Amino acid sequence: MKINAKNIEYRELNQLIKKSKGDITIDNCIGQRYIASGLSNKKIKINGTPGNALGAYLDGAEITVLGNVQDATGDTMNDGKIIVHGSAGDALGYAMRGGRIYVRGHAGYRTGIHMKEYETKKPVIIVGESAGSFLGEYLAGGILVVLGLSGTGMVVGNFPGTGMHGGKILLRGNRIPQSLPPQISISPIEKGNFGEVETYLREYCEVFSLDYEGITKEPFFILKPNSSNPYHQMYVTN
Amino acid sequence: MNYIYPEYEVVRNYARCIVCRACENQCANCVHRYIESENRMESKDDDCVNCHRCVTICPTRALKIIKSDHTFRYNSNWTGKTINEIFKQAESGGVLLSSMGNPENYPVYFDKILINASQVTNPSIDPLREPMETRVFLGSKVHKIKRDSNGKIDTSTAPQLDLSVPIMFSAMSYGSISYNAHESLAKAAEKLGIYYNTGEGGLHEDFYKYSKNTIVQVASGRFGVHKSYLDTAAAIEIKMGQGAKPGIGGHLPGAKIVGAVSRTRMIPEGSDAISPAPHHDIYSIEDLRQLVFSLKEATDYKKPVIVKIAAVHNVTAIASGVARSGADIIAIDGFRGGTGAAPTKIRDNVGIPIELALASVDKRLRDEGIRDRVSLIVGGSIRSSTDIIKAIALGADCVYIGSAALIAMGCHLCRSCQSGKCNWGIATQIPNLVKRLNPSIAYQRLVNLVTAWNHEMREMLGGMGINSIESLKGNRLMLRGVGLTDKELEILGIFHAGE
Repeated sequence: MKINAKNIEYRELNQLIKKSKGDITIDNCIGQRYIASGLSNKKIKINGTPGNALGAYLDGAEITVLGNVQDATGDTMNDGKIIVHGSAGDALGYAMRGGRIYVRGHAGYRTGIHMKEYETKKPVIIVGESAGSFLGEYLAGGILVVLGLSGTGMVVGNFPGTGMHGGKILLRGNRIPQSLPPQISISPIEKGNFGEVETYLREYCEVFSLDYEGITKEPFFILKPNSSNPYHQMYVTN
Repeated sequence: MNYIYPEYEVVRNYARCIVCRACENQCANCVHRYIESENRMESKDDDCVNCHRCVTICPTRALKIIKSDHTFRYNSNWTGKTINEIFKQAESGGVLLSSMGNPENYPVYFDKILINASQVTNPSIDPLREPMETRVFLGSKVHKIKRDSNGKIDTSTAPQLDLSVPIMFSAMSYGSISYNAHESLAKAAEKLGIYYNTGEGGLHEDFYKYSKNTIVQVASGRFGVHKSYLDTAAAIEIKMGQGAKPGIGGHLPGAKIVGAVSRTRMIPEGSDAISPAPHHDIYSIEDLRQLVFSLKEATDYKKPVIVKIAAVHNVTAIASGVARSGADIIAIDGFRGGTGAAPTKIRDNVGIPIELALASVDKRLRDEGIRDRVSLIVGGSIRSSTDIIKAIALGADCVYIGSAALIAMGCHLCRSCQSGKCNWGIATQIPNLVKRLNPSIAYQRLVNLVTAWNHEMREMLGGMGINSIESLKGNRLMLRGVGLTDKELEILGIFHAGE
């Protein structure tokens, strides 16, 4: 089903989406917020620019955006997939617990913060270009990958992994970010040895028609926490 | 060398002690010990938290706990408490950590406010004979008459919470309190026709059956938040702040993330559960509005959204903003509110009394003409039916009780929740401690407490010649202050007794 989002408000648009059956294509999307929040079992293609909180609490639906997305995309996402052919705003995948977000372009500040994993739930965010500061802040689980495909500079902004106590962050390129917190360890990835991340990287490359071999022959670094209890020694009972 | 002398002493009356070893068996802090060679009990005062478990369980009343009279040289500046805190920090390098509400000697305004009653001219009402309405609805009220194209009045309202009595159990997460404590609160809420609150620990699968009486919380860490959690609840509370630790987040240590707690929070066992104070996606009222509406969208506008904030200096401006964010209900938590763990210095020095916060927020919202847009819940700390009557007369729609509910279940306010070794089975996850709290008994005690308070409130309402809670709301003429300054009276919006 096709929905023309021109001149309709978010509440009306979201009701139309919830009511419609089968695959949905939204044309002329222009900043409507909360699209597909909490949805499962739907495939949605969006032409244009959805507004903030796209796919919040997403529970299994698949969203493809031919354009950019704004802030708080995939907030508290539990399952499903969000594919963005353009770039993403701030707080992408906030507190995400499951599913995958693939962004071809850049991502803003605080990408993947508070992400967590649990049993079979393991959230994955892959960003094609660069990500802003505070990438993976408070990261408790899941996988964050920043590829920096066309850039030559630093792929992340300042303070990646602050308060990180789980999960992993993979950065492609030669340069190690400055200002890493002390509880983070950083090490190079041996050639081709991506482990569980390989499946997602291959899927990412397939989605955006990229050359997996070409991308993965460049060096990668992996950031991991040294402890899952970063504040263990901080307190004394009074 | 340990500088700290025990704060409490266990006094055992050996004439009464029958060496049954119940105290030894019951104390999770291992204070009591059996000396086999002498066939007698011995105590190690250092580890006693004064929780009264042994005292209560002792079949011959052979035990009591007294405060040690051991003392430092008199000094009203450097008190023993201050000196001991320095010793602890010099020893450990750690941040002082405490539990439950601020115990320090700040004014309790509720205790300086008196309630009115009718005499002669305006007859009082006998609640045993005449109807007395304590039912309240929480949610945004209709503030404008709307008509459809045929001129008919639109009677639809925003979603409301329907309570038999204006009391709810405040947010206490599964993890900070036990499974049995949660079950007791949930069962009591169902029986009483009120609500309990999950806190930020997710909702255990066994408690979905109480969903009609459940408020679920969404905080910065989003633990256990997913679609069915939101769908099942009667209302959703966004936690922005907590009275016990304004500006400070939650941190459940990995040691407490075990078994079902881990499953309910949906994080691995042993991993710290960190909820930072700021929601890093909320830096403004507009951002808050976005979270409010993303929750409303996800749940089809069927549930009221509560925003909980701590009572801080500029709470009026914050509440005014929250009222415009699309929230249906604002919960304000005073600086005496309880907690499972908070840095001592924050708990004891940050925030303001709920009475002053409530009075000024209610006034501000009325002055701005937006009071009807939101309901107000207050907590931290409500200790009795009279506190509730006073809070409602100051402008609240409803109260949250946390500490009082725990005390009803058996908490003795030893303020050691952070240890996770609660001898009363409340603030612990240790299975043989948890099972000490019997949910069918604890639930009944909660029901008893609220029922008793309801009776008392009806009596007081009747005494004032008022027959519904709604008529008391914001009715500050029913209050008088005693021993308060002009400024305090001005903020509370009440007259002094005698005026």
